[in-house]
Amino acid sequence: MLPASFGYVAARSVEEALELMVKHGEDGKLLAGGHSLIPAMKLRLQSPRTLIDLGTVPGLRGVRQDGAELIIGALTVHADVASSELVRKHFPGLAEAASVIGDLQVRNRGTLGGSVAHADPAADLPVILTALNASFAVRSPTASRIIAVDDFFTDFYTTAMNSNEILTEIHVPIPPAGTGSAYAKLPHPASGYIVVSAGALITRQASGTCASARIAMGGLGSGPIRAVATEIELHGKPLTPQMIAAAAAKAAQETDPVEDSYADAVYKQHVATVYARKAIEKAVERAAA
Amino acid sequence: MTAEAEYAAVPITVTVNGVKHDAIVEPRTLLVYFLREHLGLTGTHVGCDTSQCGACTVHLDGRAVKSCTVLAAQANGAEVKTIEGLAGGDAFHPVQEGFREKHGLQCGYCTPGMIMTAVHLLETNPNPSDDQIKHALEGNICRCTGYVNIVESVKWAAAKMGGKNASR
Repeated sequence: MLPASFGYVAARSVEEALELMVKHGEDGKLLAGGHSLIPAMKLRLQSPRTLIDLGTVPGLRGVRQDGAELIIGALTVHADVASSELVRKHFPGLAEAASVIGDLQVRNRGTLGGSVAHADPAADLPVILTALNASFAVRSPTASRIIAVDDFFTDFYTTAMNSNEILTEIHVPIPPAGTGSAYAKLPHPASGYIVVSAGALITRQASGTCASARIAMGGLGSGPIRAVATEIELHGKPLTPQMIAAAAAKAAQETDPVEDSYADAVYKQHVATVYARKAIEKAVERAAA
Repeated sequence: MTAEAEYAAVPITVTVNGVKHDAIVEPRTLLVYFLREHLGLTGTHVGCDTSQCGACTVHLDGRAVKSCTVLAAQANGAEVKTIEGLAGGDAFHPVQEGFREKHGLQCGYCTPGMIMTAVHLLETNPNPSDDQIKHALEGNICRCTGYVNIVESVKWAAAKMGGKNASR
């Protein structure tokens, strides 16, 4: 299967890619790892007239720490996110999510920025990045701005980025000591995409109570859904197994799942309870370690 | 702009199995077709052609990738290794040997991809557990239901490469 014909330009810098986007307008499309875009083009779901390759732009890969943030280049492949010492140390939940995407070959090629910008409602990374309170550095020909994760995923396959902007970095704030993160996923048995998933970031006080919580659910709507009422309810409560189970049930109730060909809404909401509990339990266990 | 100019072919230089190739390719040329049709390296197979089955797995700059989901243009300047580049002269790579010794194949269609993924696994994790082997081979599908022997083949190769239990 071949995509429809298109033109190909290898950008040498972010500035050049931005200029090429202006030049080609709606006919142009950015190419990162290509592991969502190329399959979509082969199926003729997308037929851009020009691909602007970001893979040839230096400086967009890798993980580094800058003060109280981890900064991950948008072109960093999933395998490198999963194996990064910095990611594993500060955000085991992110390493977990990156290591269950697709398969080994896909993780060697697919990129963090590509996945995030594509905003597939069944993708793993938007869910864990929502739990981790990440933000996204984007550039246009005239300006740079940071978009908070809570404002970023606006609809199915849609983000708050403008069509003249490029995502260059993902910023993840390093939380205080006593914090744990985790990601738990029920994959579709054939595709490996999310049926339901949950990400959690829990800060635990020495006394065993919850200092703060962020909980995000995936597979249940147009994008990641934060269980805000559950987060508020957990605040100041003892992180006992009973409290975690109650929080997981509440988090699932905060969603209004979309039925699909694999799972109906009632089943998804039930599974959401199970996976929210797994993620919160693991995050609490890591926070206490 | 004419369609011809807009979709102009692009020059690429790709090193495949140690040999440098200069070529002019249509942008939509997939790496797997570049290997098979331009270079005649038909050991890399096209299975599903939808990034699922892994029959087209090759190494791109040392990493296992699905060559049906990479543009030849994206491989410009890169090193590619295919199943043809694995053996050293008459000596099979230990993973190839393992598949022969442990009957890791029946029809052979998935085998080049299986082997390229397994080689990548053993390069990054020389002593994988059964679970790690299965997890690594998740993106390679065998329809002869040969998975048990495939895992045995990879274990045999791991032992041979580690110099342990290399009984034949």
